[in-house]
Amino acid sequence: MLSPAVLLLLAWMIVPLTMTIYFSFLRYNLLSPGINAWAGWSNYQYFLTDPAFFAALTNTLLLVVGVLLITVIGGTLLALLLDQPIWGQGVVRILVLAPFFVMPTVSALVWKNMFMNPVNGLFAYAAKAVGLQPFDFLAHAPLASIILIVAWQWLPFAALILLTALQSMDQEQMEASEIDGAGPFSRFFYLVLPHLSRAITVVILIQTIFLLSIFAEILVTTNGGPGYASTNITYLVYAQSLLQFDVGGGSAGGIIAVILANIVAIFLMRMIGKNLEA
Amino acid sequence: MGSIKLNKVTKSFGSTQVIPPLDLEIQDGEFVVFVGPSGCGKSTLLRLIAGLEDVTSGMIEINGVDATQTPPSKRGLAMVFQSYALYPHMSVRKNIAFPLKMAKLAPEERDQKVENAASVLNLTDYLDRRPGQLSGGQRQRVAIGRAIVREPDAFLFDEPLSNLDAALRVNMRLEISELHQTLATTMIYVTHDQVEAMTMADKIVVLNAGHIAQVGSPLELYHKPANVFVAGFIGSPKMNLVTGPDAQAMDAHTIGVRPEHITISEGGGTWTGKVGVSEHLGSDTFLRVNVDGVGTLTVRASGEVALRHGDSVSLIPEEGKVHRFDADGLAMQ
Repeated sequence: MLSPAVLLLLAWMIVPLTMTIYFSFLRYNLLSPGINAWAGWSNYQYFLTDPAFFAALTNTLLLVVGVLLITVIGGTLLALLLDQPIWGQGVVRILVLAPFFVMPTVSALVWKNMFMNPVNGLFAYAAKAVGLQPFDFLAHAPLASIILIVAWQWLPFAALILLTALQSMDQEQMEASEIDGAGPFSRFFYLVLPHLSRAITVVILIQTIFLLSIFAEILVTTNGGPGYASTNITYLVYAQSLLQFDVGGGSAGGIIAVILANIVAIFLMRMIGKNLEA
Repeated sequence: MGSIKLNKVTKSFGSTQVIPPLDLEIQDGEFVVFVGPSGCGKSTLLRLIAGLEDVTSGMIEINGVDATQTPPSKRGLAMVFQSYALYPHMSVRKNIAFPLKMAKLAPEERDQKVENAASVLNLTDYLDRRPGQLSGGQRQRVAIGRAIVREPDAFLFDEPLSNLDAALRVNMRLEISELHQTLATTMIYVTHDQVEAMTMADKIVVLNAGHIAQVGSPLELYHKPANVFVAGFIGSPKMNLVTGPDAQAMDAHTIGVRPEHITISEGGGTWTGKVGVSEHLGSDTFLRVNVDGVGTLTVRASGEVALRHGDSVSLIPEEGKVHRFDADGLAMQ
């Protein structure tokens, strides 16, 4: 039986999805309204053969993998640090979590104007202070800069999840390993890391979902440029439908993005989903 | 090799002193049981010996060498924890081999020792399972196996049987005693269960609020308790402790009679009372007799005793089996 809740959820998903699929088969351009002729697969053909598509695909993967690497490794180290008893622990933990509360647009603007700006930014100031040429991050390393900004936002999330996992670590196990002669590194690799594997899986799965659709940071910093150097699939769909007013092409891109996300999800579940089994 | 000596050892957590200055000597090969009510500091004492807690002052000697500052892994001790503390994501084999791996033993030698330990503990069929797939008793054996392979100078057990059911506990008790016979290694065993203490120990250390109340063999503690605390703690059911005129008549502040040292008489006796609750164990019956002016006395009678709730009985303590204690609770001779 379909309960009302399921029906509501289905409608919520099915209606936009079918409309997107429908639009993706139309010649639907906002600059020439009224001519909504059937276009067949041509929208898909244009989108997939667009040289920007492969650049965007690579950028999307680099962005996801880069941010995941930084947040998982950094988050684990940060969680280990935060697990140590220190004075003012509560305040420190809230401060560490703070970046997660900052809106993506705001944090990207802060990074762009206050840190990475080659004239007024803090990094430029630091470079000049030691006699170096300021580096224009967003012009010369746009994707790496965006990875840095996004990782900064997501690091607290990873650290917090991993910290809670660390705190559920059995203390007697740690003591047993101490008596067994395991040093700090052996203890980390043989006990802590296996214990964290499930939490790390959760972090990777959740973050991947959100990282595939990074948009605001790109919009306010680089606008996908220079060229296509920092355009990901999400941004490409936006550009297609709202900068070129090509609703049909944008819809086709959206459907392709949905398919790609599903492929990634299947691979992820295959690779690391077994960690979630009890 | 396995003598341990504590010299004026104290331990404080913040401003609370849980172990006041304490001296204790444990000979090589002894099976020593620390027993006491919860919170008496027995586990803390064990953790001090293991090196998991730092002593506040005093000295711990292992094999005649000062080991106060030695890290836990270098003390030559192995410990079995209450929760077993097995590594959940490693197979039984890897669990047992872990200390050897940390000691950087060659893989062949490691396998050899693991196989040996497994055959001693009947774990050979389970070597490739995870701890989560084992029963409580098997987990316990894995924990012991992990301790054995290190060939330590002494084993430390921290309430190892308290998570097992009653039947299994009796079995494991025997297995640990047998292990002690075969290995002849010093063992220190912490428990709150005086039955475990009585059945396993060569030497029992009764602890009360961090102090050693008495040290001695099980029968010494049973026959000659040094004070009221030991008298009340050792023996099951508890010794009857009586104060008041009856005690004063014997020049003591408190007198103690064990339930098994009271006889029920048909005619008059020292005490007369009414039977309250009686517990039938088959072999024995424990009667709780309410005596006016004295309180409730526990009496052990034979299994077939035909007394019922409310019956009136007379009780006579056995001659020469009455323990006398002075006002400070110390035994009087």
